[in-house]
Amino acid sequence: MSVDLEKLAQEEYKYGFVTDVEQEIAPKGLNEDVIRMISSKKNEPEWLLEWRLGAYERWKKMKEPRWAFLRYPKIDFNDISYYAAPKNNPRPKSLDEIDPEIKETYDKLGIPLEEQKMLAGVAVDAVFDSVSVFTTFKEKLAEEGVIFCSISEAVEEHPDLVRKYLGSVVPRGDNFYAALNSAVFTDGSFVYIPKGVRCPMELSTYFRINAENTGQFERTLIIAEEGSYVSYLEGCTAPQRDESQLHAAVVELIAHDDATIKYSTIQNWYPGDKQGKGGIYNFVTKRGRCIGRASRISWTQVETGSAITWKYPSCILEGDNSVGEFYSVALTNRLQQADTGTKMVHVGKNTSSTIISKGISAGEGQNIYRGLVEIGKNAEKARNYTQCDSMLIGDRCGAHTFPYIEVRNSTAHMEHEASTSKIGEDQMFYCRQRGLSAEDAVSLIVNGFCKEVFKELPFEFAVEAEKLLSVSLEGSVG
Amino acid sequence: MLEVKNLHVRVDDKEILKGMNITVAPGEVHSIMGPNGSGKSTLAQVLAGKEAYEVTEGEVTFQGKDLLDLEPEERACEGIFLAFQYPVEIPGVANTYLLREALNAKREYREEKPLKHVEFGKLARDKMKALGIGEDLLKRSVNAGFSGGEKKRNEIFQMQILEPTLAVLDETDSGLDIDALKIVANGVNSMRDSGRSFIVITHYQRLLNYIVPDFVHVMVDGKIVKSGGKELAQELEEKGYADF
Ligand SMILES: Nc1ncnc2c1ncn2[C@@H]1O[C@H](COP(=O)(O)OP(=O)(O)OP(=O)(O)O)[C@@H](O)[C@H]1O
Ligand SMILES: [Mg+2]
Repeated sequence: MSVDLEKLAQEEYKYGFVTDVEQEIAPKGLNEDVIRMISSKKNEPEWLLEWRLGAYERWKKMKEPRWAFLRYPKIDFNDISYYAAPKNNPRPKSLDEIDPEIKETYDKLGIPLEEQKMLAGVAVDAVFDSVSVFTTFKEKLAEEGVIFCSISEAVEEHPDLVRKYLGSVVPRGDNFYAALNSAVFTDGSFVYIPKGVRCPMELSTYFRINAENTGQFERTLIIAEEGSYVSYLEGCTAPQRDESQLHAAVVELIAHDDATIKYSTIQNWYPGDKQGKGGIYNFVTKRGRCIGRASRISWTQVETGSAITWKYPSCILEGDNSVGEFYSVALTNRLQQADTGTKMVHVGKNTSSTIISKGISAGEGQNIYRGLVEIGKNAEKARNYTQCDSMLIGDRCGAHTFPYIEVRNSTAHMEHEASTSKIGEDQMFYCRQRGLSAEDAVSLIVNGFCKEVFKELPFEFAVEAEKLLSVSLEGSVG
Repeated sequence: MLEVKNLHVRVDDKEILKGMNITVAPGEVHSIMGPNGSGKSTLAQVLAGKEAYEVTEGEVTFQGKDLLDLEPEERACEGIFLAFQYPVEIPGVANTYLLREALNAKREYREEKPLKHVEFGKLARDKMKALGIGEDLLKRSVNAGFSGGEKKRNEIFQMQILEPTLAVLDETDSGLDIDALKIVANGVNSMRDSGRSFIVITHYQRLLNYIVPDFVHVMVDGKIVKSGGKELAQELEEKGYADF
């Protein structure tokens, strides 16, 4: 390719603006007082404060994991503020009560909060730094018995459900970042789908980091009762800043008998600049438990943002005949690094899992797939199919795969396919001979490479994902 | 339309074209024949702008422009089309999608409005029928899992949609059964007009019974060693290249 792929990659991050709102920000540093402060701001019951403090105790004894294939400077956990919220914001009852600056922010991000302006059939929970500022279509969903609200609200309105399930998938001492999150989580979404209900619209949460020097620690909990179905999508962006910011989320999914949860992510946190300055450090624990028979959890992720990504959405397949799926596109350009993959833990009989991972590295990006498929001794006739493809654009980037397999039952059936390819010069030439610019040719070929994953996304978001990928690839052709 | 003068081309320090000359006027069909490895595909790829090939000497003008100065996509938009000897597979990209993007890139270059889905669909279906290409081939990924003959027919289909001014067909007849050969030849003949030229690279005189050329050139070791009319192809068919 004679076209300078580097030059093509210069497009600026579109979502890098800052919203000027009066914020209430906790002083930097982490200690019990900060945790008590967060808990009291949120009017939490005693048990939750205790739960947080317990997590903090564990966290203090834990070491930051360094096994991932990632390089970044040491994070000073006392140099971060753990709570930032727009001032004067008791939970708004209607849109008019929201700070117009915040409303405008979501407009600019293409997520208008007015229901009539929304994509038909998508309900949104908008999380701004540490708090949820608004949730749309709540009443309509309530007619079906669906609960969709911020987790803080759920703690107040549905304490029994929260208490029963919080930490039941990702225990508070699960890992360093999960423990940190359990101690200081501020907001996130809560979803409850009652028995037999097919959620009538897509649910989505839009996370926005705005404040400086703060971390975002959100917590999402989704419960699907017997025979129910829900499709949930999260999107995320952050302003462009020179300092890196920490994002450490926990997501827990619970699927009962015959329930299906489809969880899709379009992650577009600020990736840092061309020199690798700034960008979000994204350390996320996402896990789902298929506790019911024939339940199904499907993770689809399109990861294009963040300076550092550390993320392994997993499924614990406890119920017989349950199904776990992981479809992933991870793109690293410039100096981005991603260590991502999944864990499929087969416990029940006839459980099956599918893993399709597409890693694209451009610029000096590093892309790591790390996956574990574990077949327990009682998991008769478990099946796994893993396909792990990497594509390299240019010769300064890297791709690595670490697939781990542990099989303790001889009836398991495992299939694994992997490939690494350089973006084909011949494919590029073919497209350009037909009239496409080098940039369009790369984007076309990469989108084709990701097709199997995109087709798992809800339609509107698949279109968005394709566009996002093209933008993220700009300047990658050289 | 096209003028290639004393063209020398190397790849990896090996000289492949060694003083190639050819002049193609509007409306003409030229056929290039020659033994394996003589440099026919190299010429085709150099005309299309493949970067691995280094032009060390000579010049190429196309419609008054210095062709060697242009990027491959600019050459395509200027009207050069190459039907590849080995069409490339692009997994996950629908055949129609690539083609619509290509056509619209070309239209944009000419400052025309892009074709809408429906308009393109209609255009594609019309051309498809004549070439015996099924609807499913349009939806499938570009060339992925196509049979050899399907790939070649697909190249001609693309040519018909893109309506080039100069089409270079590199062994488009290889691997075609006799009916497909006729279909492809009809596809080419239906596009012949006073403003459009073709360079047809082939090993078989048979194709030239269907696409009757104005000139036949014999290429050996990186240059044209003999040129003549269509009867030259017949002569080659009988005698081979031993005399050159
Ligand atoms: N990229 C390359 N690297 C090294 N050698 C090459 C390359 N491309 C072509 N060649 C060599 O150049 C010579 C000419 O190849 P070319 O493909 O142009 O021949 P051809 O006339 O089209 O042959 P055929 O009739 O078999 O298609 C061959 O010896 C070939 O091996
Ligand atoms: Mg050849």
